Formats: sequence, structure tokens, C-alpha cells
Amino acid sequence: MTRAVPLALAIVCGALAIWDLAGKPPSAPAQAPPSAGGRVAVNGLVDSGRTLFQQTCSSCHGLDGRGRQGRGPSLIGAGAQAADFYLSTGRMPLADPSDAPVRTKPQFTHAQIRALTAYVATLGGPPIPRVDAAAGSIALGQESFAEHCAGCHQILGRGGIVVGGIAPPLQQATSTQVAEAVRIGPYLMPRFTRAQIGQHELNSLARYVGFTKSPDDLGGWSIGNIGPIPEGMVGWFLGLASLLVVAVLIGERVRR
Amino acid sequence: MRSLGRMLGFVLAAILGWRRSAQRHAEELEGIPPGGRDVDPRRRHVPADPRAELLVALLLLLTGACGVAVVVLLIVEVANGTQWLGLAFGLGFGALAAALIVAGKRVVPQELAVEERPKFTDPEAVNETVEMVREGGEGISRRGLLAGAAGVAAVGIGGALIAPAASLGPNVANRIDDTPWRRGTRVVDARGRAILAADVVQGTFVTGYAEGASVRDVGSPIVLVRLDPSVLRLPAGRPLAEWAPQGLLAYSKICTHAACAISLYRYPSFRATQPRPALVCPCHYSTFDPARGAKVIFGPAGRSLPQLPLAIDAATGELRANGGFSGSIGPAWLDVDRGGQ
Repeated sequence: MTRAVPLALAIVCGALAIWDLAGKPPSAPAQAPPSAGGRVAVNGLVDSGRTLFQQTCSSCHGLDGRGRQGRGPSLIGAGAQAADFYLSTGRMPLADPSDAPVRTKPQFTHAQIRALTAYVATLGGPPIPRVDAAAGSIALGQESFAEHCAGCHQILGRGGIVVGGIAPPLQQATSTQVAEAVRIGPYLMPRFTRAQIGQHELNSLARYVGFTKSPDDLGGWSIGNIGPIPEGMVGWFLGLASLLVVAVLIGERVRR
Repeated sequence: MRSLGRMLGFVLAAILGWRRSAQRHAEELEGIPPGGRDVDPRRRHVPADPRAELLVALLLLLTGACGVAVVVLLIVEVANGTQWLGLAFGLGFGALAAALIVAGKRVVPQELAVEERPKFTDPEAVNETVEMVREGGEGISRRGLLAGAAGVAAVGIGGALIAPAASLGPNVANRIDDTPWRRGTRVVDARGRAILAADVVQGTFVTGYAEGASVRDVGSPIVLVRLDPSVLRLPAGRPLAEWAPQGLLAYSKICTHAACAISLYRYPSFRATQPRPALVCPCHYSTFDPARGAKVIFGPAGRSLPQLPLAIDAATGELRANGGFSGSIGPAWLDVDRGGQ
């Protein structure tokens, strides 16, 4: 073995250590139920929705969905998109009206959610937005996500904080839920109009959010995909160790 | 993690194996029997090696060239400039390190440097010492070449180190107070299309620019939000009709703490149980209350975001500036105008 080979090896290892900072993220199971399109106007459905609403939602939103002072907002004009979003992501119902709504397992069955959504839709408001992630462009989606979403949700959608609230990770969100959140602006999130984010851009956003579930991680390890601090630590510990190896290799110790 | 462990193990094995073989190799070269007696590097004889000297000179010239490249890249804007800068810096320092390694191992004579000098008054001893010092460098045959190359490297790296200092004290001239906004300047989006008052609905957050200004001008970007006029409590001297028509508000997008872009907007869907609307800077979470003249309500920023008075064009519905900012834009610095607090 000549001297050059192991030296080159050490340098390559060092380079790898610095470069190799991404990988296979834990594949998040997409568990949220897909919500069907906006056409749910069967009378029986609305009736059962109303009954369920009065049993489970009216303590905050009022018996007629007009809201109650200091407890819950009026749902007049909220529309099917808000009902479907909050129910299918398990954000509603809340245990306490002052809690921040966070994603949990949906507390209603698909059929119940469809009924409640059909009822809330009769109070007026926008339908469930249509979105076709496959028709979107992933590059445009990333550009748009970086501009509009990444400030809070982090560029790979791993979530983050905004003062007074938490921006959730998006790996569990379905395309429809992404579109709904963009249009509603749930909890502390701002909403985005069609003038700001058109249909193609919305499709692209949904496609990009889908992509973040298993990003390419070209470097190898994902390190959680949560940004420079853990990546920097790995870089420092592996990179610094490699530099020490190089220092040992090129140096010689005086023997006494 | 398993691949990491395997890699580390591999590296360790490689080092151990190589050190042993390298040592044997050195001992064979010097005619020392295996397990040899003396490998003190100071005693090793390194004869003048023109090839090594040439290599060192080339590496030093490469260092200098990389340093010059850094300076050029700092001055000239090119695509992917940051990556090229990093490459030039990395290559430059790598070449310098390689030059030093080769010079240390193959060029500079190694000798034991213990000298006994009882007294220097003896002219013969002085001559001897001078001679000895002179001979010290005799192992190097092309001193001029190496010195020249080292000079090039020093100039290049020195230039590369000094050039970024220009970024520390930019001549901001009057850009902080003399922004592109004038009474009547149209508010446009990043693509230059006019922003209409109707585009900014409650709960949305729109970034606007001064028409005709470069998007890189820090005085240009603003954030536009709309709040219910009944909740607005702007500082005295900012009548709603001139500063917030229909509840539309415009603030500089440049954070007054460290000049990051204000790109977070917190807007509650139900006011009774949720935090109030706020503009938030993603860098250090400085939080500003748009209803109260972007007063700081959290975080390190020291003063409010400067507000831009707005007017709505009656004919077209387009947004226009109704004057200049209420204060100096950008981060705090000595003697900053603290007006608009």
C-alpha cells in the first residue's frame, strides 16, 4: 500500500461525511381519509348531519351554527371546505374552546364527516376545493412553497413555530387538505386567495407537499430533514473527526 | 447508523494498517532494519528535489489564482456565485495546505537543531554560525521560484481575505431614508403587475414593491394586510384615511432587528380564543402588531416597522403610496431615527 491511497481514502471519507447529509426519512403513513368531491347534498345526509351537529358541535358553534360569544365562531359562510378540513384532520371537535386545534385521529367516521360537512355546507360558503396534484409541477410547487409556506412550515414541510402557535408538519396531509388549508387559513395561518395562488399553483403545492413525504435525500441521510442544526452537528462530528484522521496521517510523532 | 459505524471502522483499520506499512517503508528506504532505531524526522536527510519544488510552486500558484478568483467573484455577479466562491475558497486553501504538506515533507531539509554556542565574540565561531545558517537552506535549489510562487499565493489569499471587508461597510448612502416610494408610486407584485385593493382581503398577506424600483432595493418591499378599521389603533398623526384606507395597511418588509424579510403573518380564525394578528420575522421571531402601527410585541426588534401611507386609485382600484415611510427602514444602528416607535 502506498502512502497516497489511504490519504486519499481519508479525504474521501471526510468529504463524504460533510456531503452525506440526508437519507431515508421514516415513511409517514398517509392515514387521513380522502374526502370525496363537493357534491353531498342528499337531504337525508343533511338531516343526519344537523342532528350530529346539534349533539357534538353546538356547545361552541351554537344550535344553528351561528357561533357562541367567546366559545366558537359562526360557521355561516365557512362552507364545506372548512368543515371537511377541520373534521377530517381531527382538529375538531376541541376538548376546550381555548385549545389550539392540532391534527389528531379523526373523531368521526367517514360517513359522519360527510354528513356534518353536508350540513355545514347548507349554511353557505365555499365547497371543498378541487385539486389535482398529478397535474401540478413539482418545481413550481417548491418555488411557491418556499415563497408562501416555508417561513412557518419549513421548506420540507416538517413544521415549525410562529409566535403564539405551532405550524404543523404536513406529511400526513392529503392533497385536498392542503388545498383546504391554503384557502381557509386555519387557526393562525393566513389564507391565500385565487389571485395569490391560482389553480395550477395550488395543484403544484399539493404535489410538492406530497413529495416532502419522501424527499430524494440525494446526499444519503435525511437527519430528520429538519435543517442545518442537526446536519451541522453531524457535519462537525464526522467532518472534524475526518480532519483529525488526516492530521494524524500527514503528521509524524518524534520518538524519544 | 450502521453504515456510519462501518465507515468509521473502515477508516480506523485503514489508518492503522497504513501507518504500520508506511513506517516499514521508511525504514527500508533508510536502510534501517525492521523495528528500526531512529526515525526522528529531524535527522532525516531530504535532498533537493526539483520535482517536489515544482509541485509546491504550482500548488502555490493555484492558491494565488483561486484567491484572485474569489476577488473577481465578489466583484462580478455570476450565476451560482455563492457556490463558485465556496469552490474557489476551498480549492485555494486546499492547494495551500497541499503545498505546505509537500514542502514540509519533501523540500525543506530536516535536521537536528541543537546548537551549542558558548560565546559569539569569537569571530571564527560567528563565521561558522553564519555559514551554518546559510547552509541550512542549501537543500532547496529553486529558491526564487518558490519565493515567487509563495508571493503569488500570499497576494491571492490576502486579496481574497480582504475583499469581503468591502461588504462590511456598504455605502448605504441615503437608501435607508431615501426609498423609492413617493406620493403616487404604484404598488406592484414581484412580476410588476399592479396590486389592487381588492386583492388584499382580510386574513391574507401580500408582498408589494415600488413600481420601477429594483426588487433588490431594500427600500422597495412592503407587506400589505387588511384589518377591520374598527380595531386599528395607529399612532397619533396617522389618520386612517391617509394611512389605512378601508383598513389596508402597508409596512416595510425589512425587519428592524436584523433586516430579514417579514414573511410570517399570524391571523386568527377566531379572535375570542386566539392570539391577535401579527407580522412575524422568521429569523428571530420579532413580532409586530399591524393594528397598532407595527409596534413590537415580542422579540428582539427595537422599533416598529416603518409604515407606508396608502391611497386607493378611485378609477382602477390600484394601490398607490400616499407618501414616504413613517421612519427609517431596516435594522437598528447608531443614531437611527427612532421616530415611528
